[in-house]
Amino acid sequence: MSNVSQDMKTPLAKVRGLGSAKDGTHHFIMQRVTAIANIPLTVFFVVSMIGNAGKGHADWVAWLQQPLVAVLMLLFVANFTHHMRLGVQVVIEDYIHKPGTKFSLLLLNSFGCIFIAALMAFSILRVAFGG
Amino acid sequence: MATTGRPKSPHLQVYKFRMHMFTSIMHRVMGMALVFGAVLLAWWLSAIATGADYFHTVSVYAASPFGRLVLFGLTFALMQHLAGGIRYLYTDTGKLLSLKANTNSATFTWVFSAIATLVIWTAAYSVMGVLL
Repeated sequence: MSNVSQDMKTPLAKVRGLGSAKDGTHHFIMQRVTAIANIPLTVFFVVSMIGNAGKGHADWVAWLQQPLVAVLMLLFVANFTHHMRLGVQVVIEDYIHKPGTKFSLLLLNSFGCIFIAALMAFSILRVAFGG
Repeated sequence: MATTGRPKSPHLQVYKFRMHMFTSIMHRVMGMALVFGAVLLAWWLSAIATGADYFHTVSVYAASPFGRLVLFGLTFALMQHLAGGIRYLYTDTGKLLSLKANTNSATFTWVFSAIATLVIWTAAYSVMGVLL
């Protein structure tokens, strides 16, 4: 508060753009919703990895071409990358306080999560459709 | 930031080690480790889509001693993050918040993740015909 008298900025002007974006509650809820969805999807993923452990390319392709497997893998990938993006965002916001660095890392997090989500979704679909 | 003169919040180093505190920190650490796991999963899935030759190359990395160590560690990270996450879903509803229940459930997540990791790897090696 000692800075108040040193410049002409009003208190409102100082906090504008720095505070809540009013979507914290949505972030919190989506972190939990994706967490709950991750429970059965992770069990499916782990059981699938065990069941096909050590198999070759042809077996994995046959596995991924099953409609139920392809859909569950797509949902798993979409869901965990969403959960991951929300989680990493919080880590960046907690530890990185330099505005430029924070903003860059938040952008990198969003782009990175969406990139690997797209790469995995495309790979699943390509195999599932027999390309 | 440094010029406000406000008192600083005490940080990690002033607290005594506690199981629930350690589990909380490790939940975040495991989550970050799983980001690396997600990149590996993307590499592996794209290898399946690329073709048999490239898939074989990736399989050789995965099956190497170092590859298996990484995958074993990621299995543990996944199980610990899963158990810790389920524990947090309970605490979100107001359960497990007494000191005893909170500490015991934190300890339990480590028992669960250790056992689950060993069960998963034993099962996987059995499927491969290496064990049992």
